[in-house]
Amino acid sequence: MTEQLPIARALNLAMRDAMTADDKVVLMGEDIGDLGGVFRVTDGLKADFGDRRVLDTPLAESGIIGTAIGLAMRGYRPVCEIQFDGFVYPGFDQIVSQLAKLTNRHRGTQPFPVVIRIPHGGHIGAIEHHQESPEGYFAHTAGLRVVAPSTANDAYWMMRQAIESDDPIIFMEPKAKYWTKGAVDTTAPAHPLHASVVAKPGEQVTLVGHSAMVHVLLQAAAIAEGEGISCEVIDLRSVAPVDYQPVVDSLRKTGRCVVAQEAPGHASIGSEVAATLMERCFYSLEAPVLRVSAFDAPFPPSQLESIYLPDADRVLDAVDRVLAY
Amino acid sequence: MTRTQLLAADGTEVRSDENERHWAVADALDDETRLGMLREMVVTRALDTEAGNLQRQGKLGLWAPSLGQEGGQAGVGFAMRPQDTLFPSYREHLMARMRGVRFEQIIDIFRGSTHGGWNPAETQNCRLYSLVIGTHALHGTGYAMGIRFDEESGSGDVDRDEAVVICYGDGASSQGDASEGLVFANTYETPTLFMVQNNKWAISVPSSTQSRTSLATRASGFGLDAAEVDGNDVLASYAVARQMLDEARTKNRPQYLELDTYRMGAHTTSDDPTRYRTRDEEEAWRQRDPIERMRAHLRSRGATDAQIASVDEEARDAAAAVRGYTMTAGSPSSDEIFDFVFSEGNESLEEQKLALARFEASFGGDA
Repeated sequence: MTEQLPIARALNLAMRDAMTADDKVVLMGEDIGDLGGVFRVTDGLKADFGDRRVLDTPLAESGIIGTAIGLAMRGYRPVCEIQFDGFVYPGFDQIVSQLAKLTNRHRGTQPFPVVIRIPHGGHIGAIEHHQESPEGYFAHTAGLRVVAPSTANDAYWMMRQAIESDDPIIFMEPKAKYWTKGAVDTTAPAHPLHASVVAKPGEQVTLVGHSAMVHVLLQAAAIAEGEGISCEVIDLRSVAPVDYQPVVDSLRKTGRCVVAQEAPGHASIGSEVAATLMERCFYSLEAPVLRVSAFDAPFPPSQLESIYLPDADRVLDAVDRVLAY
Repeated sequence: MTRTQLLAADGTEVRSDENERHWAVADALDDETRLGMLREMVVTRALDTEAGNLQRQGKLGLWAPSLGQEGGQAGVGFAMRPQDTLFPSYREHLMARMRGVRFEQIIDIFRGSTHGGWNPAETQNCRLYSLVIGTHALHGTGYAMGIRFDEESGSGDVDRDEAVVICYGDGASSQGDASEGLVFANTYETPTLFMVQNNKWAISVPSSTQSRTSLATRASGFGLDAAEVDGNDVLASYAVARQMLDEARTKNRPQYLELDTYRMGAHTTSDDPTRYRTRDEEEAWRQRDPIERMRAHLRSRGATDAQIASVDEEARDAAAAVRGYTMTAGSPSSDEIFDFVFSEGNESLEEQKLALARFEASFGGDA
């Protein structure tokens, strides 16, 4: 069955379907019950599943993640909501020192099927700590899987797949695109959880990104097309692990690549992707792989965010530069 | 807050109106069980001492002794029921052994061959040691939330209802996770006993730096039932913990027990207590040793020298066996680096594992 759904509703439906299929799936987070979450992603789920399946927790991120770990030890499959990207850090130790390592410490005898949902990224004009892109911290940490859908169909299926995974998943949600609609086909998933895909085919330059940035890349590709430049857009979908094959295939065709992200560029996912492409595609490269990132400065006040965050113009500037080689 | 004591430091019984209800629980223990308490303490101390020696001989990278804390650990260990779950920190060697962890499995952590050591499904729900101070307070609380959601507590049947024991110390009590554990335990009314061994020192920092009130007083403010006990008095620790655990399991009321004890050894073999505390202080606590106290108690109840000596003999044999194991134990395979990072295969890790094998093979000889 296919229906048009905004990303927020697709996520909601995925959690609803997962909870219906498995009564060990529980939701945890701040304000996710009667309010339905500050973005309404869990809207209606407490009313339908009750307060033992949808937990309005005390206001403590470490407490949420830490108790989710304990619930996983007990056989539950917790899905935790972190209210905003910049609020995940109080739970950082529980994620990177505990959750990420516990499968390894148990030598695989105990699964840790914990999903941590993090609405991330800018473009919503919010105050400090509400627009960050912390996925690089988690992608760097061994033992975590980090995914970031950009479409409604991926939002639905990647959430279903994340909840079914026996490993911890950091699930980055493109909050600026929560209300962007797309076709959701609930009959079967289009891709495995960690596959990267060609979002738009092209010939001359490969544009790589994840989450809301994919929308910027598609916009840039459309503008470039008007100027006679054909760009291929790759949606990474997963930043740990990264499925490099579609990117490598694309780069072998185009010889030129721009990696874009909302996070600051230093030691970022874009850095890792660029380095790996250099190792794997050295003889195919016609130009250095360029990164387009936020600046290496804290996320600025919202009146400056459109300057801080890469937009289509900055992506196109990089496209011009790789084409100049 | 009153600190419950049933045996004075010299082993004589302390009976009063105040501790009468605790004596009622302790008096129900038969002599065999009391001798069993002594056995757990003496054997663990012998193993512990042996492990310290092995570290000094370069066979262990580090050792964290539990010297002096055996009384409270044996008391709570005996108070636990088979269906209970233990979340230890990294110094509950006695309690871990009581749940079925072999001491060799603990040794494996400290000789650097594993970060885990055992499978909790095979050790009567003794979860793994936890090294980041206080973090497991939340894991234990979450686990206890699961017990509640499963409706495996609160029926009133002590032989069926499950409970969780979470162990940490005075240092951990300052960690945010420890407080968040109390908050969540209270919010979700979990069947939990927080077993807090106030051993007076967090490495070199005295417990007075962590709290100017007793830790139990602090827990009361969180809404938990809280009590203090002489943690070097195994009978008192048992009696109080037994009642609190059964209160937790049957009524879903989280409990907090502060055990007044002393870390007689170093924090770990890397520590040097002479830099921060006095010999006099250590000697004063040696006079309150939990093992000597229990020996005196058993003698007063008619235990023979032979019975007490047999425990010492058992301890010597156990220590010798652990020494033998440690001297001959091998190293883990390099596959351990890669094989359990995720529950499912990971292409990148598989490639790295293969690359390592090729690299090793490039030196010739057996790969």
